[in-house]
Amino acid sequence: MSDLTRLTAADLAAALASGDTTSVEVTQAHLDRIAAVDGDVHAFLHVNPQVSLDAAKASDARRKAGTPAGALDGVPIAIKDVLVTTDMPSTSGSKILEGWMSPYDATPVTKIREAGLVPLGKTNMDEFAMGSSTEHSAYGPTRNPWDLDRIPGGSGGGSAAAVAAFEAPLALGSDTGGSIRQPAHITGTVGVKPTYGGVSRYGAIALASSLDQIGPVARTVLDTALLHDVIAGHDPHDSTSLKQEWPSMADAVRKANVTGLRIGVMTELDGDGFQPGVLARFHESLELLKAEGAEIVPVSLPSLAYAVAAYYLILPAEASSNLAKFDSVRFGLRVNPVGGGTVEQVMSATREAGFGDEVKRRIILGTYALSAGYYDAYYGSAQRVRTLVQRDFTAAFANVDVLASPTAPTTAWKLGEQLDDPLAMWRGDIATIPANLAGIPGISLPAGLADEDGLPVGIQFLAPAREDARLYNVGGALEALLASKWGGSILDKAPALTGGTR
Amino acid sequence: MSDISAETVRHLAGLARIDLTDSEIEHLTGELRQIVDVVASVSEVATPDVPATSHPIPLENVFRADVVGDVLTTEQALASAPEHDGSRFKVSAILGEEQ
Repeated sequence: MSDLTRLTAADLAAALASGDTTSVEVTQAHLDRIAAVDGDVHAFLHVNPQVSLDAAKASDARRKAGTPAGALDGVPIAIKDVLVTTDMPSTSGSKILEGWMSPYDATPVTKIREAGLVPLGKTNMDEFAMGSSTEHSAYGPTRNPWDLDRIPGGSGGGSAAAVAAFEAPLALGSDTGGSIRQPAHITGTVGVKPTYGGVSRYGAIALASSLDQIGPVARTVLDTALLHDVIAGHDPHDSTSLKQEWPSMADAVRKANVTGLRIGVMTELDGDGFQPGVLARFHESLELLKAEGAEIVPVSLPSLAYAVAAYYLILPAEASSNLAKFDSVRFGLRVNPVGGGTVEQVMSATREAGFGDEVKRRIILGTYALSAGYYDAYYGSAQRVRTLVQRDFTAAFANVDVLASPTAPTTAWKLGEQLDDPLAMWRGDIATIPANLAGIPGISLPAGLADEDGLPVGIQFLAPAREDARLYNVGGALEALLASKWGGSILDKAPALTGGTR
Repeated sequence: MSDISAETVRHLAGLARIDLTDSEIEHLTGELRQIVDVVASVSEVATPDVPATSHPIPLENVFRADVVGDVLTTEQALASAPEHDGSRFKVSAILGEEQ
């Protein structure tokens, strides 16, 4: 067969079903690709070929017996290191969890195993998912397959780079303020943040519990949908998991039709502060949808001006609480101060040594926002802004079916460029954060390349809570329109990685 | 302007149980001042008549029968502990000499 790593998950599933290839062949091809290029890209923190090949052999045996576990049985997948796994270490990108082995699998991991997918390894991320560039990983940054001197986005830069570099057809991600969607935008791939509670978070190392959501990462909208269908659903282990039946997202892509669809353009995210090439590709995509029968309507959501500020109070507050569990007692690193000390001194020395700068910054900010005398002014006010953002979305969705914006203000920046200015990096989350504050689903898919730098640009769609299928409808339709315009996929234009430059 | 001093940050680091170095405290004091000046803008629109939202999707408490669920064994729970005695986590002294 032609290069198996270039095929989509849907194509691989078809080739496996027809017997044209085997999971062992497909898995080995991806392991070879990882061995060839991941020294340059550094998408993976951990790969264990034997574990992957054993899972692939088991899949081939099921296929041979005529009892595949599902359509994607035998298709490889990369797993963001925020999700705990029993057969591979789970670090969440932090030194404090270096080498830690979980005694249980996260539910999304259990679901992909039950569906027969083959885990390839754990992907790099900003430490505890705090960051937009993957430079805050304690294990070194991931590099953008489009330009190895640039960031791959974050926090899920590893998962996005893995699919963009053809190291995996699918990956799992987590999105607290854009960590699935922004890396998709930056790397020319597709990522979806489902409705809050749509996918179980059991076994996802928590960052901010009222914002976190697990979701799919892939190169096409259909592949993202196929993975979404595998991981969605109620889980009694996660008390915030929604009890409801979900329609097939893959069906929504296959039946995509935007005739009469009302698309609201968020005026606050269409102009100042956005790179010209990002806006140009955004408006072109809207024109394509309009020509296909969609109605484009400008919509104003005035409270978005305060969303980043509210987010950077709520997230640090919740993170400072969630990360209290890293206490040097039950798991992870323990550092004893010189000459010994009390348990609290051991804890403080451990957390000083085990957490990176961004994690410390956010814990201190969160502790401040929650401290006596400041709670109402900061955390309390941020929660009120959250209500305003939700009201703006409710009002907007009364008149439109989906909302649209560029996924992020700029294309990929150079490694190191924003490291000394945390506020600048945080402002880059302006377009993705509102969905997390409101719990609504969002997708980012490639809209083209920016003229000024030739780097990928994503377009984002948002839908009301529980209406994830609308994202796959509009995303699937736009992807097909763009593919016929380009004569292929955006990733056909990415430089061929050959490996060995680092 | 916020009233954040190095002493504030030192106090917060104590509450958060992070043994920050002096240079980290100095650096964070400046950063925290800038950050708080920006995030404080939330109070411009967060008027008392707006209710607070803690959770994006309204949910009710989830109850279950009071029976032993799907839990770890002692061995599993201790497997990754920095120190244990076979049945319990081991830590150093809880109280200092002056306490």
